[in-house]
Order: sequence, then C-alpha cells, then structure tokens
Amino acid sequence: VSDDTTSAESSESPDTTSAESAGATGAGDDGPTMTAARYADGSITYPPHPLGPDGQEPVGTVDLSDYTAEVVTWTTSTATPPGVREPNSLAIVEFDVEGEPVRAIGQLTTDEVDIGDAVRPVYCEELRDPNAGIRERESQEWDGFRFEPL
Amino acid sequence: MDRVAIIGASMTQFGDRDAWVRELLAEAGEACLADAGVSPDEVDHLYVSNMASGEFEGQTGVPNALAHDLAAMPAYTARIDQTSSSGGAGVYAAWQSVASGASDVTLLVGGEKMTHRSTAEATDVIASLTHPVEYKHGVTLPSFAGLTARLYLDTYDAPRESLGKVAVKNHRNGLDNPHAQFRKEVDLDTVLESPVVADPLRLYDFCPITDGSAALLLCRESVAKEYTDDYAVVTGIGGATDTHVVHERADPTTMRGVVESSEIAYEMADRDPDDVDVAELHDMFTILEFLQSEDLGFFEKGEGWKAVEEGVTDRDGDLPINTSGGLKSKGHPLGASGVAQVYEIYKQVVGDAGPRQVEADVGLACNVGGFGNCVTTTILEGSA
Repeated sequence: VSDDTTSAESSESPDTTSAESAGATGAGDDGPTMTAARYADGSITYPPHPLGPDGQEPVGTVDLSDYTAEVVTWTTSTATPPGVREPNSLAIVEFDVEGEPVRAIGQLTTDEVDIGDAVRPVYCEELRDPNAGIRERESQEWDGFRFEPL
Repeated sequence: MDRVAIIGASMTQFGDRDAWVRELLAEAGEACLADAGVSPDEVDHLYVSNMASGEFEGQTGVPNALAHDLAAMPAYTARIDQTSSSGGAGVYAAWQSVASGASDVTLLVGGEKMTHRSTAEATDVIASLTHPVEYKHGVTLPSFAGLTARLYLDTYDAPRESLGKVAVKNHRNGLDNPHAQFRKEVDLDTVLESPVVADPLRLYDFCPITDGSAALLLCRESVAKEYTDDYAVVTGIGGATDTHVVHERADPTTMRGVVESSEIAYEMADRDPDDVDVAELHDMFTILEFLQSEDLGFFEKGEGWKAVEEGVTDRDGDLPINTSGGLKSKGHPLGASGVAQVYEIYKQVVGDAGPRQVEADVGLACNVGGFGNCVTTTILEGSA
C-alpha cells in the first residue's frame, strides 16, 4: 500500500489512488492512513471494495484519520479470542466527510464513552497479536486506528 | 410444480459429546433414514451442512465420509458452508435438488463438533468469517451482539430485562426437549447477574458451544405418501445476504437478509407473517430474537421486545417462538442448527412434538449466518 498517498493535503480534491490494496491502513509520506473509498455516486465506504454501492469501481480515496467521528454504539467484550486484549472495548462510529456519512468499527482507547460522543482515530501499530489467532498472518494488516474520545 | 416434502427427520443429543464430527453425522443420518423407512441406496443426493470441520477437527471431505459410513454410494455429495446458516443453506440446497428434478430422494445432515476447543479458540474460528478490518480489532460475533443490543435498547427505549426474558423463556421451553444441551430453568435475576460477556449482554444472553447433528429426508410431495402419511411440505423458502462488513449497514438494528429471505418465502408459500403459527428463530444471542421477530414481519420494528414482555411468544402465547428451546437452551452446533430448527418445525406441523406441541398448521424457521450476513427462511406446512 505504499502507493497510497492520500493525505490531508489531497483530501480536498479526491485523488485517484487505487483502492485495490485497501486493507485500510497505508504508510504514506505523512504516516499511516485510514483509507476509505469514494465512488462516483458520492458514497464512501470503509473499507474500500472493488465495486461500490453503485456497482462501479472507486474513483478516489479518503483518509478518515483526518476526520473526527461520533459513536453510534459500543461494547466491552470480555470473552476475547487468542491474541486480543481483554477486555476489548469496541465502537461503531460515524464520520462526516463533507456531509457524506461513513461508518467504521474499531477498538476504543477507553470504556468511558457514550453513544453520541465525539472521537478521533489514533494510530496503533498492532491491534492484536498476528501470530495467536486462526487468520494467516500474511493475509492481512494488523495495524490500524483506535478511537479516542475528544 | 410438484412441491417438496420432508418425510423423515432426526437429531442427536446436543451438548458436550464424545463423538467426533463423522460419528455425529452418521448418527443423525442413520436415524433419519430409519425414521422414514428409506434404505441408504435410495439416496440420490447427500448434503452435509457444516461450517468448519477442518478448522475444528482437521477432518475435511465429510460428505464423502458420510456417504461411505451410511453406505449411500454412489449418491452425489456436497458440503454446504454458509457459516452459522449452513443448516438453512443445506435445507435450501436439498429443496433445490428435489424441486429441480435432479434428485428423487435427498438426505441432508448438518453437524458440528466444537466442545473440544476452548471458548476462546471456538470464538476465533467463528470470528474468522469477519472482514480483515473487523478481525484485526478482535471483533467477534458476541461483540456484534453487544454493539447491536446497546443500540436497540437505546433506540427503542426497551428495558434490559426484556432481553433476559428471552433467555428465561427459551430455557423454559428447553426443559421439554430431550435433545437440548441445557434442560434447566433459569430465572431473570440469574440472567441479569451473570458475568458480562459483551456489555450490555451477559453470559445467559448467549448460546453455548455445542456438539451435535440433525438430519432431514426430502422427496417430491407426489411420492411422499409412498413413504408416510405424516409429512411436511416446504411451501416457501428463500435465501439472502446482507453486507459482509457489518458496520456498513444503514440501520444496524435491521437484518436485511431476514427481510429479503422471508419476503421470498412468504411469496412462494402465498402466506403472510400473520399466517405463521410457530417459529424457530436463530437466538444465538437474545437480541437476535427481537431483530428477527421484527424483520420477519411478526411485530413492528422496535416492538419485538414488548411481545416477549407480554408473553405473546411463550409456548402458550399467540405466536410461540423457539418451542425447541432455541439455540439458547438446545445448543448451537453451527452446521446442525438450521437443520435442527426445521426438525422442530417439522415435528410441530406433523403433530409429533410431544410435550412441546402447539396448535400449528404453518411453521417458519429462520437461520442466520454471521451477524445476519446470510439468511435462509423456510416455511413448512402439514400435509393434512
């Protein structure tokens, strides 16, 4: 994903970076990104998909780490799989990208949170131990963004 | 079109079993053939509903193994994996094989062996169905349930106790199911004070980890009478998918796969939700019983919890839900569950449900995979 150069600078004018490699995070010049795909119909999805809700390929990307989000709902899971922190607080959040809603799921930095709270993405190099679970280590990325209340 | 009939059914004891997946499948398969009085060489198609025998046990190729163990060669075999809804998808495949004319007699056996793994390992096998952006955060199916339950309670102003009452009801129903993993009544305080698993949900809001198997035998309705007078007809069946990435759904409290699959099934059966007399819903988590009972059209969105509070879904209520005890008390051997749901509805509509029997001409089973990712809805009616 080193070809992903989406950054705060380029977010004003959607670039045409390929979303094919889109796991979510990319190490661009300005650090890791939380890459969502933008489609011709204006919709944005996280993660990117080969074809969007409109049935068409993405036309650009958006780095959600440049935005804040609102907590839609959250939980604290105490029965966690191998390699996952326990307890594991998680939230579904909604970003507002120039009026377009985009949802994401991720770990929380705290369990002191409520529905409707504002959060921001903070980078984490390793969200769970890639060697402990059933998923093949090389098949996906293990870094990403946790959500921290503002 | 000649409709498809179910002429035999069986299920093994669900629970913590010594048997491995091959033995569980053979136990249910043999019992099902015996129930219908059909010899194994009459089986044209043999389907096995199973999510993860390779991951759980290192045993793949289970349909062929079962064909040999049941002496059903040269039957055509296939494994049907649709995660937790493998059973429902197997019912669909079996129905399709007979409806299309490809098979005269189809045996469907669903089964899973899970209890030899720790809860953490079994949770991880099931969570492996998630998207990489979910999996890397340690998202599990129970955590989806916690996320959705919190939003449901908040959105519809439902009391936490209403979820607990689903567990109480289904445990009570399971008392009369000899195959259930738990035949133990629980009171509301026990549910509400049990350990937190995925806040706000607690231990008793979740189904257990289970070994078990269930089977069905299907043929065309026009020849069903040659085997038995007591058969059920698959009058409607539909399957549908929703997003793989759960957070991308516009309304997290609506399972579009349930809505879409049931609309197909209702239309095929020429039935409405009001016509359903008894239903088996996929209560892997208590919150799922609310979501499905609404998305199947039994109750308005956000009102499903009231039906439980008012006893509407009790065994002696207007619409009994999960007379078998549901996944909650019966147990949830992944690939077996959707088959066992149809086993219960078959027993209800042919009038052979014993102490669990309710007045039922039309029954519905809704089997959910992932967190609503894949769904099969099946409607059965008695032959009378």
